[in-house]
Amino acid sequence: MTITEAQIEEIIELEYNIHLFKVKSPEIANVINPGEFLNIRISDLPIPLLRRPFSVCDVEDDFFYLMFNTMGMGTKLLSLKKPGEYLDVLGPLGNGFNFEGDFDRAVILGGGLGVAPFPYLTRKIKDKKEISTFIGGRTKSDLITYGLENIHVSTDDGSYGFKGNVVELLEINFDNLKNDKLKIFACGPTPMLVAAKKFAEKENIECELSTECVMACGFGICQGCPIQSSSDEDKFLLVCKDGPVFNSKEIIL
Amino acid sequence: MSKVDLSVNIGSLKLRNPILLASGTVGYGSEISEFIDLKKIGAIVTKSISLKPRKGNKPQRILETSSGMLNAIGLTNVGIEKFISEKIPYLIKQDVPIICNIAASTIEEYVECVKILNEEEGIHAFEINISCPNVKEGGLQFGNNEKMVCKITEKIRAVTKKPIIIKLSPNVSNISDFAQVAKKEGADAVSAINTIIGTAFNIKNKKPKLKNITGGLSGPAIKPIALAKVFEIHQKVKIPIIGIGGIMNWQDAVEFLIAGSSAVQLGTVNFIDPTASLKILNGLMDYCKENKIDNISSLTGSYQLD
Repeated sequence: MTITEAQIEEIIELEYNIHLFKVKSPEIANVINPGEFLNIRISDLPIPLLRRPFSVCDVEDDFFYLMFNTMGMGTKLLSLKKPGEYLDVLGPLGNGFNFEGDFDRAVILGGGLGVAPFPYLTRKIKDKKEISTFIGGRTKSDLITYGLENIHVSTDDGSYGFKGNVVELLEINFDNLKNDKLKIFACGPTPMLVAAKKFAEKENIECELSTECVMACGFGICQGCPIQSSSDEDKFLLVCKDGPVFNSKEIIL
Repeated sequence: MSKVDLSVNIGSLKLRNPILLASGTVGYGSEISEFIDLKKIGAIVTKSISLKPRKGNKPQRILETSSGMLNAIGLTNVGIEKFISEKIPYLIKQDVPIICNIAASTIEEYVECVKILNEEEGIHAFEINISCPNVKEGGLQFGNNEKMVCKITEKIRAVTKKPIIIKLSPNVSNISDFAQVAKKEGADAVSAINTIIGTAFNIKNKKPKLKNITGGLSGPAIKPIALAKVFEIHQKVKIPIIGIGGIMNWQDAVEFLIAGSSAVQLGTVNFIDPTASLKILNGLMDYCKENKIDNISSLTGSYQLD
């Protein structure tokens, strides 16, 4: 965990309003793992005041990648940055995916911008494991395929691929997958994570969920990002420090 | 040039410098110590501790607002037992003075906490949280009521000789009346201000953005209010003041000292830059050198009104 000034090398517009920043930082790139995140101070001024958390999208040599869309003031100001400018980066933060385990095929589920952490995970495991990726969005323009492999697609409005949500898409493809030893990695809106957790538990598949919560510090001092522990009713875990990736059995969504 | 004396006295509490880390913004010190050497700061004010552990409020607990943030954490803490067995020994090893912040639902609970913690040699002082806006019981119901502040201070004074700091709420009409009561009952100092009650609504579903509905506003947005409260107390009551409220840099810290503070606490800024305390300390040192100030305590209340 360090604070560092990292220079923006390149900015790629993936889709309308989906930005990919390539940022140079050996300090971060050499140590960060898939599923971990960075808390970025967008301005020296108090606007926006707090850092903004972003999961690491990919890593290549001394560079890390961030994928984001313009949602509010923070991402709006970030999107206005130019190559050559510096970012004040705090990280790596949190616990990422456990992808070394005993499974043959990674089932990756990404809802909307929830695909963001998966290019890096895909890069790390593609030589060792089979991968099936399921991505979903409200409509065709929400679908982001950057850095993913063996992709199946769903849209809520049926404008592209399967009409329905990404977990339903997994269910109809499940017969082709179930002979492999599977592990699910999911990231996306909470209703999607709830459905993924339910499916994984019904089929008795290991499942890791990358969760999200509004936070201030990103490393445990503000206590702003609680998530209910499943083993202890009286305990909240922290998304920033205990997560953001949890085994689906650890938490109640 | 002679060395600047940064040490300050807050009643009987002597600190090596006036930069303190505010309660609830640095936990029990372990995370922030990855960024700063705690030995260098004046003191750490630990996260409010209560007799039993508290789970805190459901999310959403945090919301950014214009130059500020709302929080409704709800006094999440490990409880006094674990605080004594795990947290105090860690901080003693870091060689940082500990000011222990205490929250409670009843007067008896405050007294019980102080009695127990009074035995801990590592604790240098108590800060009494009578002003948390985010819990149903305790907190503000005490901080809004002069008689309660009177009783709490009196009862705690009876069970400890360690310095007592009463953390005042800004959510009252005359904060100096509360400082006066604290002084009369034997408090050594007051800290001002705790957060200001605020809220926000989602205009799509019309629900409050915070699960607790209201939260406490902090950050640069509240600095002018905090300065005015510090100034009010300084003008009306002879009691050391620890200034708190939106300090982001050394210039802000100097302003608080000028307005009447003997020391300051840093809160929200720790979330944004966990090294801010050391930068502010260096800035204070340079300011003193440049302005030929030998003793930082001479800045306290040095405002020039025509």
